[in-house]
Amino acid sequence: MSTTQVPYQRKDLPASVTAFGAGATAAGAAIVALTFMFDHSRGLYNNIIGLSVLASVAVGALFYVALEYLAGAVWSTPFRRVMEFLSATVFALVVVALPLMANLHEVFHWTHMEAVAKDPILAGKSPYLNIQFFTIRNIAFAVLWIFFYAMLTRFSRKQDTTRDQKYTRINIRFSTAFMPVFALTTTFFAIDWIMSLEPHWFSTIFGVYYFSGTFLCALAVATFIIVSLNERGYLVAGLGKDHYYSLGTLLFVFTNFWAYIAFSQFMLIWYANVPEETYWFIARWKNGWEYVSLALIFMKFLVPYFVLLSQPSKMDGRKLKFIGIWIFLAHTVDMYWLIMPNFSRSLVLGWQELGFPLLIAGLITLTFVFKARKENLVPIGDPKLQRGIDFKI
Amino acid sequence: MNKNLLYSVTALFDTPDGIIHAAEAVRNAGYKRYDVHTPYPVHGMDDAMELKDSKLGFITLGAGLLGGAGVFAFISWVFLAAYPNVIGGKPYFSWPAFVPVTFEITVLSAVLLTIGSLIVFFFKFPNNSHPLHDTPYMKNVSSDKFGISIQANDPKFDEAAVTALLSSLHPLTVAPVFYDEEELRHTWTTFDPKFLALLVGVALFVSGSTYLHLNKLLYLPPFDWMSNQNKFKPQTPTAQYDDTRMMRSAPDGTVARGFIPYPFKGMPDSAGKYLVNPLQPTSEALALGKTKFLTYCSPCHGNFARGDSRLRGQFPNPPTLHSDKVRNWPDGNIFHVITEGQNIMPSYASQVSREERWAIVHYVRALQRAFNAKESDTQ
Repeated sequence: MSTTQVPYQRKDLPASVTAFGAGATAAGAAIVALTFMFDHSRGLYNNIIGLSVLASVAVGALFYVALEYLAGAVWSTPFRRVMEFLSATVFALVVVALPLMANLHEVFHWTHMEAVAKDPILAGKSPYLNIQFFTIRNIAFAVLWIFFYAMLTRFSRKQDTTRDQKYTRINIRFSTAFMPVFALTTTFFAIDWIMSLEPHWFSTIFGVYYFSGTFLCALAVATFIIVSLNERGYLVAGLGKDHYYSLGTLLFVFTNFWAYIAFSQFMLIWYANVPEETYWFIARWKNGWEYVSLALIFMKFLVPYFVLLSQPSKMDGRKLKFIGIWIFLAHTVDMYWLIMPNFSRSLVLGWQELGFPLLIAGLITLTFVFKARKENLVPIGDPKLQRGIDFKI
Repeated sequence: MNKNLLYSVTALFDTPDGIIHAAEAVRNAGYKRYDVHTPYPVHGMDDAMELKDSKLGFITLGAGLLGGAGVFAFISWVFLAAYPNVIGGKPYFSWPAFVPVTFEITVLSAVLLTIGSLIVFFFKFPNNSHPLHDTPYMKNVSSDKFGISIQANDPKFDEAAVTALLSSLHPLTVAPVFYDEEELRHTWTTFDPKFLALLVGVALFVSGSTYLHLNKLLYLPPFDWMSNQNKFKPQTPTAQYDDTRMMRSAPDGTVARGFIPYPFKGMPDSAGKYLVNPLQPTSEALALGKTKFLTYCSPCHGNFARGDSRLRGQFPNPPTLHSDKVRNWPDGNIFHVITEGQNIMPSYASQVSREERWAIVHYVRALQRAFNAKESDTQ
């Protein structure tokens, strides 16, 4: 039983946050509806962008929760709840996936049976890429994610009142089970929804590529929320630059990790120079897409790298909030760069592309507000909490 | 002891909290030249001593940028100027291939120069006679105690006041540390005669023993068993044969195993007259001929033997093989041209085996038939 009592007074989030969430959701939903009306296919491709970004936030946050339990990390315990709230967006994920599940035929070439019959490569892949198995798989992903979300947060919540250390032990077991599940589900999620848009193309590192962006995106959103909440005193007292520094370091590390993986993928394909692999990159280096490719390097690697390079800037709340939003946008651009060239080989960018990012931002905000209304923003019963608050680098 | 030889007054503490408390007290008393020695990094010490952020990060940054830029420039120079070589059909300046090495060298130079400058600038290496060396104080702080040392060259230093301050902090011990008189007086000469003599002695010994080993010992029995073997060496004269040569040539008319001599050298017409294709035009023979034709012949003759070279004028195009002349040639003539070459076409005898050459002849015949089909072929 935990004996320390951390002084924490739960406060409701200001109404402006709810207003922002509702506004963004409404505006996003309106743009999405208009997009679907005018250009149904384009709406669907944007839908995949939205789905993959939201999955990054939801599952990446859940991964972070599991990682904290497994590694026995204390510095992040005071704001683990933020991650738990973010992973509650797994429910929104199901809603965002529904329009796609109803229109698989319109976006995925491998669902066209007459094309598969004539194409020996697609025929060879058809035991994996067929509508039945695809549906079963993705339902299984959703069920697994919701199951682990429910378990990990349930015991964390129970600990708030009982202060029983055994829940930490139980959650460590669930986290252990979640790790391989996470590795396989995110890999196949990325292969199913993004890589199979171009069913002839393959890259064995693709799952890792998506994972690197996933964790980065979840961490960036969480960093923005954590710093904002802490500055306004919604969390416990005593969280400061040491915690900011750890968040900044982790963001910096995963920025580098993403760049490392992205460059590895590019360089191996460039070096081998095999036509059935290179055409994927060539399509992203022509007809206006080259600007998006360059912007991606700039947005997702160079800017975060140089902003986060020095030690003082990793401790600076303002810079962390900026870079949190920036990386979230950069991840959205990354998904746009992965997905949209399959819709059109020449650059498409317009108001239609605004819909889903707005909707996703709104859904994340609303989910967070909804969870924060009922639960503590700090896991007050966690035995590691006091050590986490006292954490010094 | 002489007062002028006082280096510092030191105090030992038992706990990290004790040393942080002591550092704060010393700082608040206004001392500047003092240092803390602990067996491991104690958290919060930077704040307690009010240390400014270390400048080491800038050295790391500079070293990394310098190393990265330097190695990138070096690789570019190698591939553009020093040793330009086409690798995998890529342009000379293939910068993506340079990135991994640039990355590794950036990290390496950043790390090495950081550690090097840490040792040289911050630890003031080489310093063999620091007064704290070999003191009980240093022995304690490098095992399980925490020490603070206020130096005598501090502007505010006064031995009695410092001792009183440190004693008031509940230390384990308070002790002054003195310079070693002998070490202070000792002068070092870099070119000490004894040192130079040792250097010369080592050089003589090493080069002498190397010389003896490589040039004398290895040729003395029994160490010469590698260089002096009981066998005849080619290219050496001998009294055993009349022509005094150790290397013998094969008797006239010897044929190597698996080798059939070509009897029509320089006689294309005889080849056409007497040679008969030993292969049946089966689908296997045609498939073999196709593979070999596409590999060895098609770069110049074109995929369909029409003389449409893929070399885009870098090598003169050969004439088409669908001409009346070639179509009316007997098989042996074509075989002869592949074996011997013709005009600027070199011999392909070493690349394409005898059987494969005959398979190519079949394939060329099939191509000729396809381009000049008879009436009966279409039925």
